[in-house]
Amino acid sequence: MRTRGLFTRVALVLGLVFLYVPIISMIVFSFNNSRLVTVWDAARSPTLKWYGVLVHNEQILAAAWLSIRIAVVAASAAVVLGTLAGVALARFGAFRARLLLAGMVTAPIVMPEVITGLSLLLMFVALEQLIGWPKGTGAVTIALAHITFCMAYVTVVVQSRLAGFDESLEEAAMDLGARPLKVFFRITLPLILPAIASGWLLAFTLSWDDLVITQFVAGPGSSTLPMVVFSKVRFGVTPDVNALATILVLLVATGIAVSTVWMRYQQRRRERDLQLAAAANL
Amino acid sequence: MRLSQATGRRLIAAVPTLWLLLLFLIPFLIVFRISFSEVRLAIPPYTPLLAWHHGALHFEVHWSAYSFLFTDPMYVSSYLYSLKVAAVSTLCCLFIGYPMAYAIARSGPATRPLLLMLIVLPFWTSFLLRVYAWIGLLKNNGVINNVLLSLHLIDHPLALLQTDFAVYIGIVYSYLPFMILPLYANLEKHDETLLEAAADLGARPWRAFARITLPQSLPGIAAGSLLVFIPAVGEYVIPTLLGRPDQLMIGRVLSDEFFENRDWPVASAVAILILLLLIVPILLFQRVERRQLETEA
Repeated sequence: MRTRGLFTRVALVLGLVFLYVPIISMIVFSFNNSRLVTVWDAARSPTLKWYGVLVHNEQILAAAWLSIRIAVVAASAAVVLGTLAGVALARFGAFRARLLLAGMVTAPIVMPEVITGLSLLLMFVALEQLIGWPKGTGAVTIALAHITFCMAYVTVVVQSRLAGFDESLEEAAMDLGARPLKVFFRITLPLILPAIASGWLLAFTLSWDDLVITQFVAGPGSSTLPMVVFSKVRFGVTPDVNALATILVLLVATGIAVSTVWMRYQQRRRERDLQLAAAANL
Repeated sequence: MRLSQATGRRLIAAVPTLWLLLLFLIPFLIVFRISFSEVRLAIPPYTPLLAWHHGALHFEVHWSAYSFLFTDPMYVSSYLYSLKVAAVSTLCCLFIGYPMAYAIARSGPATRPLLLMLIVLPFWTSFLLRVYAWIGLLKNNGVINNVLLSLHLIDHPLALLQTDFAVYIGIVYSYLPFMILPLYANLEKHDETLLEAAADLGARPWRAFARITLPQSLPGIAAGSLLVFIPAVGEYVIPTLLGRPDQLMIGRVLSDEFFENRDWPVASAVAILILLLLIVPILLFQRVERRQLETEA
C-alpha cells in the first residue's frame, strides 16, 4: 500500500515539473539579454528590454485589442446560447429535436479544429454568394465561429450544474403559482449562476486563445493575437514573445488566485451563516 | 400576450438548435458536397453540383478528389502517421496521467483543490505559447541541450526539435490535463473500503489495483483517452511548430491544400476522411459523456 502511495506521489511531482518547466523557462528567458535567445547571458541580464519592445509593438497591441473585443462578444453570446441549450437538455425531458441538439452541441468540442474552420469558412463563402452577407471574412465571421464552439463548452458546464440539482425547487415555485419566466429568473438562474460565470471565463479563454479556426475565418486586416504570435514563432524563438507569455501567465495566475480566495471566502461566510442559523434555532 | 409553457420551451430549444444547424451541421454538409466536386479556376473554385448539359439538368458527382488522395502515397502516409502519433500520445498521456490522477484523488482534502488548480492552470494560459515554449527547450542551442552539454553528459547537441519525439512531447504536454481531469473525477468516487477488504483478504496492492481499481476506472480511461486521441489526430499547431518538415500530419495537409494549393475539393475530401476515422471515437465519447451526466443526475 505504502509503496504505491510513494510511486503515485513521485509521478505526480514529476508530472507537475513537466507541466511547469516550459512555462518557467519562458518567464526566465523573458529577462534574458543575449543575442542567442535561449542562452542565458549572466553578465547583462536580467533586463526588461523585451517588455519595452513588446509594449511598443503596434501590431501586437492592435491584435491583442481585437482578440479581447472578439472574446468578450463571443463569450457573452455563447453564454446566452449555451445556457438556453443547457436548460433545454437538462430540464425539458425528451423533446423532438433533443437528440439533434444533444449531438450537435458536444460535437464541436471534439471536432478537429481544421475541420470546423474549413467548414465554417466554406459556409460563409456560400452564404455570401447566396444572400450577399457576410461581405468577405473578418472580425464578424471570427466572432460567429467563436460563438459556435464556445457555446458547446458553456452548454456542458450549465447542463452538468443543472443535473446536480433536482427540479423540486422549480416545481415548488410553479405550484405556488410563479410563471415559468419568473421561475427561471428567480430560481433556475441564481442556481446556475456559478456555472454561467465559469462558462463565460472558459469561453473567453477559448476564444482569446484560438488559432486554427480563426485562421480559416479571418480576413485580411483582421489578425488576432494568436495569429500574429504564430507567424512570429513559426520561424524561431523571439524574446518579446517570452515577455508576452510572462504577462499572460501572471494575469491568469492572479485571476485564478483571486477567484479561489473569493470562493473560499464565500464558502466560509455561507458556513458561518448556517452555524448562526443553527445556533439561533437552539 | 402570455406564451404557453410549451411554446416557451419550444422557443428556448429552437434558438440554439437553429444556431447549430446553421453554423455546424450545414457547414459540414457543404464540406461533404464540395468534396465531390472538381477544382476549377473560378469563383468559387469548384464545379457545381447541378449543371446544364445539352438542355438537361445533370447531377455531377466527381470522385477525383478522393481517388487523388488514395493514389498519392504522401496523403496515405500522413493519414497513417497521424493515427500513429495520436495513438502513441494517448498511451503516453494515460501512463503519465493515471498515477497523477490517482495521487490527487488519494491526497488530503486540503491539498486536493490546490493540486487540481496546478493541473488546470496551464490550460488557462495560451496553448500556442506553451507549445512555443518547447521550441526554446528543444532546439539545438536550446535549454535542454545546454544543460546536458554543461553537465558533460553529451558532446554534441542532440537533435530534438523537428522530430517525432518533439511532437509526442508537445501533444502529451498540451493534452495531459484532459487525461487527468476525467480520470480524477472517476477515481475520486472509488470506495476505498473495497481495497482495504482486498488487502485484508491477502491481495497484494498491485493485484487489488488490477482487479478492483482498474476495472472501475475504465469509464474515466475511456473519456480521457478519447479527449486526447480525437483532437490529436487533427492537430495542426504542434506538428507545425515542433514536428518534422518531411512528414506532415493530416491536419496540416488539409490546411496546406486549402491555403497553398487552393484546392477546395481535396481539402474537403481530407476533412471527410478525417471524420470517417473519428466518427466512431466521437460517438463513443458522446456516449461516455451522456452516461456521466446521467449518473450525476
